[in-house]
Amino acid sequence: MAALESPPPGTPSAMRHAFGSVLSALILLLIGVLAFSIRLFSVIKYESVIHEFDPYFNYRVTQFLSKNGIYEFWNWFDDRTWYPLGRVIGGTVYPGLTLTAGTIWWVLNSLNIPLSVETVCVFTAPVFSAFASWATYLLTKEVKGSGAGLAAAALLAMVICSIGIRLIFLLVNIMAMTLIGYWMSCTLFSIGVSFSGIFHKCLLIGFQNVSFLSKWLSLQVPSYISRSVAGSYDNEAVAIFALIFTFYLYIKTLNTGSLFYATLNAIAYFYMVCSWGGYTFIINLIPMHVLLCIVTGRYSPRLYIAYAPLVVLGTLLAALVPVVGFNAVLTSEHFASFLVFIIIHVIALVYYIKGILSPKMFKVAVTLVVSIGLVVCFIVVAVLVALVASSPTKGWSGRSLSLLDPTYASKYIPIIASVSEHQPPTWPSYFMDINVLAFLVPAGIVACFSPLSDASSFVVLYIVMSVYFSGVMVRLMLVLAPAACIMSGIALSQAFDVFTASIKYHLSGSSNSKDDAEDKTSTNNASKDDGSAGKTDKGEESAKERSSRKGKKKEREPADKPSVKSKIVKKKALVLPFEASIVALLLLIMLGAFYVIHCVWAAAEAYSAPSIVLTSQSRDGLHVFDDFRESYAWLSHNTDVDDKVASWWDYGYQTTAMANRTVIVDNNTWNNTHIATVGTAMSSPEKAAWEIFNSLDVKYVLVVFGGLIGYPSDDINKFLWMVRIGGGVFPHIKEADYLRDGQYRIDSEATPTMLNCLMYKLSYYRFVETDGKGFDRVRRTEIGKKNFKLTHFDEVFTSHHWMVRIYKLKPQKNRIRGRAKKLKLKTSSSKSAKKNPWI
Amino acid sequence: MMNISRSVSLISLFLLPLLSFSFSVDNPTDRRVLVLLDDLSLKSSHSIFFNTLKSRGFDLDFKLAEDSKLALQRYGQYLYDGLIIFAPSTERFGGSLDSKSIADFVDSGRDLILSADTSASDLIRGISTECGVDFDEDSSAMVIDHTSFSVSDVDGDHTLIAAEDLVKSDVILGKTKIEAPVLFRGVAHSLNPTNNLVLKVLSASPSAYSANPSSKLLSAPQLTGSAISLVSVMQARNNARVVISGSLQLFSDRLFRSGVQKAGSPNKYEKSGNEQFVTELSKWVFHERGHLKAGNLVHHRVGETDEPAIYRIKDDLEFSVEIFEWSGKSWEPYVANDVQVQFYMMSPYVLKTLSTDKKGLFHTSFKVPDVYGVFQFKVEYEKLGYTTLSLSKQIPVRPYRHNEYERFIPTAYPYYGACFTTMAGFFVFSFVYLYHK
Repeated sequence: MAALESPPPGTPSAMRHAFGSVLSALILLLIGVLAFSIRLFSVIKYESVIHEFDPYFNYRVTQFLSKNGIYEFWNWFDDRTWYPLGRVIGGTVYPGLTLTAGTIWWVLNSLNIPLSVETVCVFTAPVFSAFASWATYLLTKEVKGSGAGLAAAALLAMVICSIGIRLIFLLVNIMAMTLIGYWMSCTLFSIGVSFSGIFHKCLLIGFQNVSFLSKWLSLQVPSYISRSVAGSYDNEAVAIFALIFTFYLYIKTLNTGSLFYATLNAIAYFYMVCSWGGYTFIINLIPMHVLLCIVTGRYSPRLYIAYAPLVVLGTLLAALVPVVGFNAVLTSEHFASFLVFIIIHVIALVYYIKGILSPKMFKVAVTLVVSIGLVVCFIVVAVLVALVASSPTKGWSGRSLSLLDPTYASKYIPIIASVSEHQPPTWPSYFMDINVLAFLVPAGIVACFSPLSDASSFVVLYIVMSVYFSGVMVRLMLVLAPAACIMSGIALSQAFDVFTASIKYHLSGSSNSKDDAEDKTSTNNASKDDGSAGKTDKGEESAKERSSRKGKKKEREPADKPSVKSKIVKKKALVLPFEASIVALLLLIMLGAFYVIHCVWAAAEAYSAPSIVLTSQSRDGLHVFDDFRESYAWLSHNTDVDDKVASWWDYGYQTTAMANRTVIVDNNTWNNTHIATVGTAMSSPEKAAWEIFNSLDVKYVLVVFGGLIGYPSDDINKFLWMVRIGGGVFPHIKEADYLRDGQYRIDSEATPTMLNCLMYKLSYYRFVETDGKGFDRVRRTEIGKKNFKLTHFDEVFTSHHWMVRIYKLKPQKNRIRGRAKKLKLKTSSSKSAKKNPWI
Repeated sequence: MMNISRSVSLISLFLLPLLSFSFSVDNPTDRRVLVLLDDLSLKSSHSIFFNTLKSRGFDLDFKLAEDSKLALQRYGQYLYDGLIIFAPSTERFGGSLDSKSIADFVDSGRDLILSADTSASDLIRGISTECGVDFDEDSSAMVIDHTSFSVSDVDGDHTLIAAEDLVKSDVILGKTKIEAPVLFRGVAHSLNPTNNLVLKVLSASPSAYSANPSSKLLSAPQLTGSAISLVSVMQARNNARVVISGSLQLFSDRLFRSGVQKAGSPNKYEKSGNEQFVTELSKWVFHERGHLKAGNLVHHRVGETDEPAIYRIKDDLEFSVEIFEWSGKSWEPYVANDVQVQFYMMSPYVLKTLSTDKKGLFHTSFKVPDVYGVFQFKVEYEKLGYTTLSLSKQIPVRPYRHNEYERFIPTAYPYYGACFTTMAGFFVFSFVYLYHK
């Protein structure tokens, strides 16, 4: 908080600042509490469990870490997945999340707080979302502080608005304590209101972080699942915090030019690299911003300090993470940063030379350098192109390529396209996830352009890039959410600026205004860094009294405003009619209220399902489908510890974590061939499938079947991906064989290949016994082949609602039969012609 | 219900010692053999064969095939360890016996001698089909050979074959060579060449064919030449052994005693090879020979004795396994130079022949390949006549730990030098730049 830094002691404003800082801390704390508690719906509605798929792997890794220590974790070779290849966990996992949770667990245990690893894992995500909201607050503050847009009068009025908003929040019953506390304090003291705008934003951010909940839509169904609710123990839980914090430190460095923050920035970047593969977003976005600054003539030593140490230290640190290693300098994702690194040095040199040379000499030097530089550049580019072109994927990994060319993955890599997270989002999902922010973001962008600073240009770039990326891949909606929050915060603040300025203008005219030099100097710290704000700004404090809506309390709201140039002219231009302002304010408040309601609803209903336990509401009450855990428990109790279980890869992590059985493939889809082998087995007829599974030492096959209860994300619905992935490696599997006239169907019109493949048989074996017709509630049709026997598999377990079915491979036949040809029945009875054995 | 189950368990408790004496992993030779006959006169007409069995300690239980009290099991326990079916014409067994129960009997690891004959019943054909042996579909067909028939064949239709084409296996037919031809009169059968469980022990000569000797040959016979098998054996995957013969007379006293002279051959033998052939074959089928057991699969790093939970790539390890052979009375060390171990992960990365110390211990040592993953030590030993050995033990192989790599690579010393001189140079430069005025 800029205003906090040097309050002159003994003045009323210092008093206000002191209260302000206490209040700001309180509000931040409450925002943290809110961010934490809104994510506890899943724990309250279900139980404290780990959710979904990937979190189970992370949980298992954390357990290993807490049991065996960091060196064993680093060198962990896991022989229970990807049988028989195994997986070097230590070298293929982003360790940030695990190490974070492991450290928390270790600290708590050292303090004699005996929490289980699972509890720590469940609550890591909510805790870090609180951190993330604080980081967002810091980032917005940095951006805002450099923008010279806060008018004292506007802020004065904004408090009222904020209170108004908060009263509605009160009705929404979430933040009662905050509001009352804040409202009371507002009434009782006149506060250094320069904070209030920021508070307002904090609140927004507190709520808006709910939109971090944004996560992917499942491929077939709107099964919304969140990445940061309690139990969603995934990389993104800590990575979003790391991402925003890195951006904050970058902006901080950009604003201060401090090498200290630059170093911190590199360390934050390191934490991000540890946490999530999305770190490439940072290492591409920041260079882009640097390039933008250079191109727009905003080069400054601060920019150099913000960027150069990040590249050098950041790359060195990133290379220390085993999973990244030499990729930090070898893959194309990182090339942009190095290129910009070179450019910024060239520019720095140019500025330096410009400083020591006369303009004429400089011109000569420029022509000389440019001509030599062009030659060198050409050579470098040629070498780079040759290097990149020599690699098959042109140096880009598949996931990154699918970012640049959205059609790339579905064309070439079915395994990437098959993941629902990698699908482009639908429009409703935008509305679902960011709601009214979608409308506020454009306004925020406009606000960022008046005036444009280094920091605000960064946020603009951030939102543009994240909108693009989220349009490519649902999963990256996660990156968009904080950007949208920041933008909307700025937009709302600007809107309140305008409206409250108008109100104030109408109410008080200019009678109460007076110069407040102290406030001006104290609030302009940030503006000074920026240099764009005029030194001749006049602060203005307005105090006014006005009865609140309830008519009980009076408030006295001072505010100060470092205004932009030609303040008075601008102010006049921005004045709106009194009534219009009031109406607009109320509308904005209502907008906020609806947003809060939506977010709470989304957090409670859409994003809190753990997906391993399903519920459904029907006329006769709540139904709970706990089939997954039932089946994994069956596996762990009834099978040998070294038995191998084959299933589609979605269930790999859960099987290893919950049933502790070896799996063939899992959600870490690193080996396409292996997955294709399983896909081929699932799409082959029984005998061929048996042979494939037997060659992999598989004992049990697990399929997920939703036809009985209407659970749509079952294996039959995923089956076409198995065919595609299998066919990608083993060409005898052809997708067309499974489709009737291009249509995927399992009823009597289905192709014989489809009706004879293993997946169909394992899913629908004995299904007709349930209702006599074999009516599949997901596909809403009667199945094509109803009565059949399995020749190579034995059904050993079917869960309560038939969601999970486990089959055992029959052992190889003890004997091989001769010709199965039915012998001709002899009519002539040879019995009478019994031979005398003595002949 | 409770009482019944209790009494069953009591009986089985009582029977258990008896059973364990008779047939077990430790003592694989059969003891109690059920002989099913379609005519009790066979008991005397084939007495030599039965007596050799008795003299070797087998407990023979003769029953008529149509005996209504026939049962292989009682209270879920098998009453017999072996079964001899000399009832080629039986259409239905008495009691609870049928083709499926006999197949189950084999699948439980027990042994069977089945003899068909001309005009064998569908039941017998069905059982043999279960075992992978297909008799000639024409029920009146016999094996006819106009070149290698026995000269004593008075009928002149050349159906008494003097077969010499024996499988070359000391394990199945004993070490002593069978000099005299084996006399055979009966029906031909064929084997599916892709079936690797069945084996021709006695095959017909290239000039043989299968047809009805009393009728005129109208079309080319379906089974001809050495594709015709006269006697076959089957060793199931669980090592149950089955002998299927196309001739019941093969086992008879008459052919045992008869002299033999193959047509066109000057050698005349006083006694046919039948007795030796059948006796040796019965030794094999009742597991008196060629039964191996393996165990005690041990591996450890060179220089250590304990078995590790995981190997590292490029570790040196020692592997050993013990293999014994059943001699009929005791377990003797198995001696062979062709036992191999695989270090297997989807395909064998290492394939080593084990050397033996002639006391049953087979051992070798090798280096773990430079590939990590979940490997298996696999010993898969399938040798003609011997029981199949299939052992495997899973062992993961991990890559190097972070501190097991070389810390300093000699070839990289120039780079280390460059790095440190740059650092020193930068320090000096900074010092001079900052403080030299």
